[in-house]
Amino acid sequence: MKATSRIRRILPPLVFGVAFLSLWEGVVKGFDLKPYFLAAPSKIFEQFFKNFARIWEATSVSGTNALVGLIAGTVFGVAMSFALSRYRFLGELVTPLAIALNAIPIFVLVAVLNNMYSITSEIPRRIMVSLVVYFIVLVNVAKGLTQVQSTHVELMKSYAASDFAILRKVRVPNAVPYLFTALKIAAPVSVITAFVSEYFGGSQNGLGSRITSNIANSKNAAAWAYVLGACLLGLTFYAVSIVLESAASRGGVASKTNNNK
Amino acid sequence: MSAVQVTGVSKIFNQGTAKQVDALIDVNLTVEPGEFVSLIGPSGCGKSTLLRLIANLLEPTTGSIMVNGKSASQSRLDQDYGMAFQQAGLFDWRTVAKNIELPLELKGWDKDKRAARAQEMLELVKLPEFAELYPWQLSGGMQQRIAIARALAAHPPLLLMDEPFGALDEMTREYMQGELLRICAETSTTVVFVTHSIPEAVYLSNRVVVMSPRPGRITDLINVNLGAKRTEDTRAATDFFTGITAVREALRGTHADHANAGAVRGVEDR
Amino acid sequence: MFVLSIVLVVALWEMYKVVGPQDGGKLFGAGVLPRSNDTAMPHVWTMLSRYGRPEVRGSDKRVWLVVLEGAWFSLRLSIVGFLLGSSIGVGLSVVMSRFRIVERGLLPYLVVSQTVPLIALAPLVALWGGKLHIFGFEWPRWFSAAVLGAFLSFFPIAVGTLRGLASAPAAAVELMESYAASWKQILLKLRFPSAIPYMIPAFKLGASGSVVGVVVAEISTGLKGGIGRLIIEYAREATADPAKVFTAVFGAAALGLTMAGVIAISDVYLMRNRPKETT
Repeated sequence: MKATSRIRRILPPLVFGVAFLSLWEGVVKGFDLKPYFLAAPSKIFEQFFKNFARIWEATSVSGTNALVGLIAGTVFGVAMSFALSRYRFLGELVTPLAIALNAIPIFVLVAVLNNMYSITSEIPRRIMVSLVVYFIVLVNVAKGLTQVQSTHVELMKSYAASDFAILRKVRVPNAVPYLFTALKIAAPVSVITAFVSEYFGGSQNGLGSRITSNIANSKNAAAWAYVLGACLLGLTFYAVSIVLESAASRGGVASKTNNNK
Repeated sequence: MSAVQVTGVSKIFNQGTAKQVDALIDVNLTVEPGEFVSLIGPSGCGKSTLLRLIANLLEPTTGSIMVNGKSASQSRLDQDYGMAFQQAGLFDWRTVAKNIELPLELKGWDKDKRAARAQEMLELVKLPEFAELYPWQLSGGMQQRIAIARALAAHPPLLLMDEPFGALDEMTREYMQGELLRICAETSTTVVFVTHSIPEAVYLSNRVVVMSPRPGRITDLINVNLGAKRTEDTRAATDFFTGITAVREALRGTHADHANAGAVRGVEDR
Repeated sequence: MFVLSIVLVVALWEMYKVVGPQDGGKLFGAGVLPRSNDTAMPHVWTMLSRYGRPEVRGSDKRVWLVVLEGAWFSLRLSIVGFLLGSSIGVGLSVVMSRFRIVERGLLPYLVVSQTVPLIALAPLVALWGGKLHIFGFEWPRWFSAAVLGAFLSFFPIAVGTLRGLASAPAAAVELMESYAASWKQILLKLRFPSAIPYMIPAFKLGASGSVVGVVVAEISTGLKGGIGRLIIEYAREATADPAKVFTAVFGAAALGLTMAGVIAISDVYLMRNRPKETT
């Protein structure tokens, strides 16, 4: 039965979640913990609905930054991977850089970027997100475009197909699952990067700054209400990427992974 | 005491549902110590299932299985048998010698005894120089020989094999068959051998158990009278071809009416 | 090749300084072009030479020493965070591998936990840590940063290890069962060795995650001594002393590369006897 298997899948996380929240509430009430120490879930929800308008506003600022960065990063990443698949030497140039950048806490560049732009600009955050997304997309899609089964390429060559035809008919379809793998990673990462970029100064309208200021003012429950907004934003981005993936791979293969990074 | 005693065994998967599979129905088989018995039949006849039941990797739905005079599960716990599959299944991260030592490690043997036994097994399969190499450095046939060495490492009285030579080329296959007979003669091991190949079954066995599907059951038991010593010349012997023909006909079901009647077919020319 | 790409980046930087608008500009109506004057984008050699000069006017300490000490401080924290995170990650994956119901119930939350912004967690962890006294174990302030590092590193490690543990071929598991091996024996002798090729990329992600966690924690809790704090401080002085912030940024980069290097070395060691993969 499809219905029962769906229930079986949802039930464990649901049970865990409810149990966890109840435990949390119980601990706060039971030990009579002060709000600055640990806020109760009930208080957090209260604050969430009370401040909903402001949370929404802050979420849209951070969310827009994340979205712009996500789109820009994906576009440039895909474009660059096409170039990489065409000109192998580019790959040799870019790959070591990509590997190195993967290892470093790249978001610290925001400190530098803030300097290069005006103080009210959201551009440094968007560039930061684009940069991070760019490399994720680049690594995955390039792999998808280049790592095709040699038998497929040989077959196309036996049909005297041009390089462009091989690209269209073999490489691109092969790369589509890799693109979605990249998006599933990049979507939540773009949200987190958007927040983290807000610590380094500059405009104070986003979720990150709101959370920090609330904590600084010891308004813990309110801070966590903003955190809830942040989680919801991240989950939304992730959910959208999953929906896009299933829409695109109707009847196709599930996303492939880059497990030899 | 027989090496393997299968009595009234049935194995039914997904019983009572729409997906029910009658893998084996009412199977009876006795294997005497030192015998080499092959199970042969088309896909779905239950030969691999029967092997796994003997190995206690599956439980029978009805009936009982005794191995070496004990229950199948006790035999497994006592490691009374060794198993070999079509994929050699050696661990890539262990040397050849350490691969052979695996069952001994699990039984708690100490280091020196294990190493000595592994070396002994390597001599048996004639690959002593390869002890410190890694499986991926060996050819397919060699890997299978190591797998056999591993299966026999604890000197079990019984060897269970599931198409172990299926992935090898024909020449290597014939060579491995000869080697297997030699090894089993030296160690006096009883063998239950699942195969798809009629010549292989006839060449190796004292008896060939012919099975058929839907439901899985034994339809024929064919004695192979090629004598105890089999050599490369045996492959050209008339008796060899008679045996092959007998098995082939049994598989075609031309003698289906004799199924389970206990009729045993001799292969000599009379 | 790597050197070549660095040279290329430097060349692009300097080129932009030559052609770019001094006070920033608009492209298609949006203010996307950064300022290229010396305050906003110092020359590369200015950045490099800044290492050699004193940190603060009147102090004897050179910048490179300060940055090095900061990076070393954060490196030690990252290592602690990484070790903590890997223990938790591997432990969780073993539990999830053993009990499928735990995997199904817990995994979605582990995914969600990674979207919770660290800024919210960091001060909380510091606060709780201050109140915690387990068996006389005093919770030093720096430990909170390590805990955040562990928080960001445990997830990729847990996921990668779980996949790796599940990757043991069914035939090999059957073989072990035919030896009447216990679940623990199968785990140690089969599943973990099969998991290693999956764990290594997971550990790489975990290592960089730990660095990110530590740096963010340093920034949000104001922890003195680490590279995160240095970056914020120098960023504030950026209008007066533009090259200084770059020195700290490069320091952070070096930090990340060191962690990655350590993992890469263990990669070579752990996979030394395995068949080489053909890409």
